Amino acid sequence: MSKAKERLVVIGNGMAPGRVLETIFEQDPGKFDVIIFNAEPRVNYNRIMLSPVLSGEQSYDEIIIHGDDWYADHGVTLHKGHKVVEIDRAAKTVTSEPGETVSYDKLLIATGSNPFIIPLPGHDLPGVLAYRDLDDVNNMLNMASARGRAVVIGGGLLGLEAAAGLLAQGMQVTVLHLMPTLMERQLDPAAGYLLEKELCSRGIDIRTEANTKEIVGEGKVEGVRLEDGTDIACDMVVMAVGIRPNTSLAEQSGLQIGRGITVDACMRTSDPDIFSVGECVEFDGHCYGLVAPLYEQARICGNVLCGADDAAYVHSETSTKLKVTGVDLFSAGDFADGDEREEIVFRDASRGIYKRLILEGDQLVGAVLYGDTADGAWFFSKIKDGEAIETEARDTLIFGPSFAGGTPLDPMEAVAALPDEAEICGCNGVSKGKILSAIDADGLTDLDGVRVCTKASSSCGTCTGLVESLLAFKLGDAFEKNAVKTMCGCTDLGHSDVRRLIVSQKLKSIPAVMQELGWKTSCGCAKCRPALNYYLLAAWPGEYKDDNQSRFINERVHANIQKDGTYSVVPRAWGGMTSADELRALADVIDKFQIPTVKYTGGQRIDMLGVKKEDLPGVWGDLNKAGMVSGHAYGKSLRTVKTCVGSEWCRFGTQDSTGLGIKLEKMMWGSWTPHKVKLAVSGCPRNCAEATCKDIGVVCVDSGYEIHIGGAAGMEVRGTDILCKVETEAEALEYCAAVLQLYRDQGHYLERIYKWLARVGLDKIHAQIVEDDNNRQDLYERFLFAQKFSQTDPWAERATGGVDAHEFKTLVPAE
Amino acid sequence: MDGMQPLENWLNVCDLEDIPVRGARRFETSLGEIAVFRTKDQSVYAIDNRCPHKNGPLSEGIVHDTGVTCPLHGWIIDLQSGEARGADSGCVKTYPVKLAEGRVLVKTVL
Repeated sequence: MSKAKERLVVIGNGMAPGRVLETIFEQDPGKFDVIIFNAEPRVNYNRIMLSPVLSGEQSYDEIIIHGDDWYADHGVTLHKGHKVVEIDRAAKTVTSEPGETVSYDKLLIATGSNPFIIPLPGHDLPGVLAYRDLDDVNNMLNMASARGRAVVIGGGLLGLEAAAGLLAQGMQVTVLHLMPTLMERQLDPAAGYLLEKELCSRGIDIRTEANTKEIVGEGKVEGVRLEDGTDIACDMVVMAVGIRPNTSLAEQSGLQIGRGITVDACMRTSDPDIFSVGECVEFDGHCYGLVAPLYEQARICGNVLCGADDAAYVHSETSTKLKVTGVDLFSAGDFADGDEREEIVFRDASRGIYKRLILEGDQLVGAVLYGDTADGAWFFSKIKDGEAIETEARDTLIFGPSFAGGTPLDPMEAVAALPDEAEICGCNGVSKGKILSAIDADGLTDLDGVRVCTKASSSCGTCTGLVESLLAFKLGDAFEKNAVKTMCGCTDLGHSDVRRLIVSQKLKSIPAVMQELGWKTSCGCAKCRPALNYYLLAAWPGEYKDDNQSRFINERVHANIQKDGTYSVVPRAWGGMTSADELRALADVIDKFQIPTVKYTGGQRIDMLGVKKEDLPGVWGDLNKAGMVSGHAYGKSLRTVKTCVGSEWCRFGTQDSTGLGIKLEKMMWGSWTPHKVKLAVSGCPRNCAEATCKDIGVVCVDSGYEIHIGGAAGMEVRGTDILCKVETEAEALEYCAAVLQLYRDQGHYLERIYKWLARVGLDKIHAQIVEDDNNRQDLYERFLFAQKFSQTDPWAERATGGVDAHEFKTLVPAE
Repeated sequence: MDGMQPLENWLNVCDLEDIPVRGARRFETSLGEIAVFRTKDQSVYAIDNRCPHKNGPLSEGIVHDTGVTCPLHGWIIDLQSGEARGADSGCVKTYPVKLAEGRVLVKTVL
């Protein structure tokens, strides 16, 4: 009889408790039945990367650490949006606000910290925000869309990152800082001043020695008044003056509290069955905010929970390696001035680099680096080891390991020179040796592989360059530096980057994209121009003006060019249906314009080939008269919705497959997509309409409709994956439209749905469409909105509307 | 430009505005079809409308900088030299072009 599982309850779902669980699952997966209560309504995400989300460089789902499937895979119950209100230590139970009570054998408190809100008059006005979690970022993004001015109180790391993010969102920003120089806890005055100058050059108004007296406004924030009486009008105030360990719950339940929840070296609180990790903790008088020590404590806590009796946390001096608004900063040890101290300073104003080393006697005690932090780890190891610096080594010390031997080493040799135990990634405590052995053991070839296997450069990312040098050093040219596939030769950016930047930087034309994103060519090429035209159309429906000259000829003239310069014409056949009138009209057009070839297509339609370009408007006019419109057989758009006759005729039919097929086609025709999209609806599992090799397929069954996605039947043959089953026709329409819109949002140009599916993963698509009703409805509504601007028949516009007449007429030179 | 009297063998083809920017138009001549291109910087070029590769109609291609990408198989033809760019080798005939009072003139007979 296996040992009964112990119950581990976790309060809080941040990065520290996340690492505790990872440690436990690595060591003894079966030991605990884990239940998490998270006050925030979401999964564990990387808080260091909130700033790129605020500035728009990254999206939320890119910074997720544990997705829903991680919790499912490890049998963890995650109560989202459940704030715990009571711990009954006698009964060993925990109760959440919504009334969920569970018992625990071991309890882990990870309630993190609260932003400190200075109790100024007006601090509770709407528009006063903190900058701690995703909800804060979303509030800021909503308010930032109205532009206006934001005042950030606090010139520390968080305040400056909030300021840079709001600036990137188009707001004017003022930063108020109490002390004479910025980030005085991490930087010395010189580096603080350099940072201030850099931020001012970007348009951020910095006011040091600024003491805020009051926040003014009727019913909402309207301005800020300083002690010296100056007034600053603004629409938003971000309070980023510091954090306080969140100890209220622990205190309420009678645990011993200092500034934080006091714990011993095993992360145990005053109650032997209750542990605590993260920013709410106080150990040996210290509270912690940086990832490196928090991850180290989490690792130890995980080991202790798994029964280790020798694990103990020792407070160690930590270095601070930061990237504030794109500027690399590093500081370690004690860099305050002192009379018995000497300093070595290196300044390169034009390159924005400042380095200062502080020595006591022949020992290095402190270091501050601004602009170039590559040698930070090397200096820090010297501070920790307390190594004596011989006199002749002193004059090259400031230049780091590369010059230690006097001659400059190239980056690869510098990496080669590092000892195996040298720390490459500070956040996750990953050494050079660990990365090299992982590359061998797991056959890694790229950055993502190293991130997944060793976690190096997966948190704040500032060691990415070092990890890449290591890969290049280990694999030689088998490692190609930027694994990201660029859109084309005109740019170094990948498709996803361009799509995201179009939205975040609000770029509304192809010249704007090329200007802002630094295209290397004057006006792009035949690969990027059509892609950009689509991305802009998809990002700004009803707003972006289609650039015809950036479309491939087929889409420009709405017909397929043939090898002899003639064109083919394929009218739409809703769900593959036709009628006597349509057939007569087709026959008449074929005779009238002597169209040489008439053919049935794989998509259940009729194709007329060999039409001269000048005849196209005439052909379309006659087809329009018979009620036929363009079949978009030429476009990266919806092509066909094949159907079988289903319950209307067939003895096996379970639903009206033809009816649903026609409704789908009427809903989707005219929609521009990253690549062609083919659908089919089969009336029963015999699947005569071959729905299971289509981009989107529906297989009707007695109890409803199976929604299939990701099929292919061209160069590659691939069966679809079942996304879900729905009961009603209306749901089938909504789900198919949501899939198409998600594809329109995320697909890379010329990436079919099955390739997009392979890239993002069925589970992610399932999460965003099946598991998240609001998101599905939002996708559905956005699709229908975009269709309002793309469902006018292009043939009619040209046959009778005179649109693009020049395309269909050759020039006749004047005599 | 000395007045508008007909110049020997310069064909008065069309208005500059008849040609879309980063686009092209085509006209028939006894020697076959010629395409006139108008690039982003408003300069105009005239070349045979037959790609050296497989006679694709270059006038239908996407125009970028001083090149056009043939719609059939993606060869890039330089509008100034008529030469194929990159690994492809081949050349198409080019014709001198002049602008006079908004009209595009092409010298078809050399």
